[in-house]
Amino acid sequence: MSIATDQKSQESTFAHSAVALLSGLLFGLGLIISGMVNPGKVIGFLDLAGNWDPSLIFVMGGGVAVTTATFWLVLRRERPLFEKKFFLPTKADLDGRLLIGAALFGIGWGVGGLCPGPAITALATLDPSVVLFVGAMLLGMVLQNLVAE
Amino acid sequence: MENFTPFSALIGGTFIGLSAVIMLAGNGRIAGISGILGGALSSRGEERRWRVLFLAGLLLATLLYQFISSSPITIETQASPGFLVVAGLLVGFGTRLGSGCTSGHGICGIARFSKRSFAATATFMLFGFITVYVTRHLMELGI
Repeated sequence: MSIATDQKSQESTFAHSAVALLSGLLFGLGLIISGMVNPGKVIGFLDLAGNWDPSLIFVMGGGVAVTTATFWLVLRRERPLFEKKFFLPTKADLDGRLLIGAALFGIGWGVGGLCPGPAITALATLDPSVVLFVGAMLLGMVLQNLVAE
Repeated sequence: MENFTPFSALIGGTFIGLSAVIMLAGNGRIAGISGILGGALSSRGEERRWRVLFLAGLLLATLLYQFISSSPITIETQASPGFLVVAGLLVGFGTRLGSGCTSGHGICGIARFSKRSFAATATFMLFGFITVYVTRHLMELGI
């Protein structure tokens, strides 16, 4: 490999890493600003028959508005800035795994008020309940991986 | 609806949307947390590096917010430890089985007009509503 391409690949690796870190940072700040790191607020949305808090609709609405307005433009490019290709899900049809998985997730979400993003973001507060939840969530992921194999 | 915070919700949602666009345009990946986290557990090398950095960004967000903001981050977990473990197991297992969570299916999948993501988002929302109704109103578990 020539020195020029080696340097280019190092720059690309750096940019790739910076994008990942920045994306995570923005995502986490979004969850904190919107209050979605708080399981109480998420349960407030899911509790239609209680003191209903529609905030989560606005969080998803704001997020989906940005992604829907931009994804199609980004995907018109041949490739992303710092990768050889786009990595997009290839499955197109509904199946039992998808729906059963989403249902199990929905039940867990309703019980704990936490989904993966807020759980990891809130982990940095070292709140014991969140630490316990994340431990169980990681175990659930590993178990699914074992069952799938 | 005295807890309703539409403005901070919209601003936060916009941040999340921007995060997903940066990830797609820069690295060609879907900013789906369960996929990134699950992959970080099972992959090696380059594939693991960017995933770990993304997750570090999430943690860093909390530290940065605590450093610059005067208002604390509120976390009101209402479930007992036993229920939290059950919830965590279901969320971990379910999101991996169903190939995504609120971010991958909800924020990114809908923008790609993915039929699977619409179905998954409708399903986990529906089961979330039912679960909270059953636990809070029928069983009055107070979780």
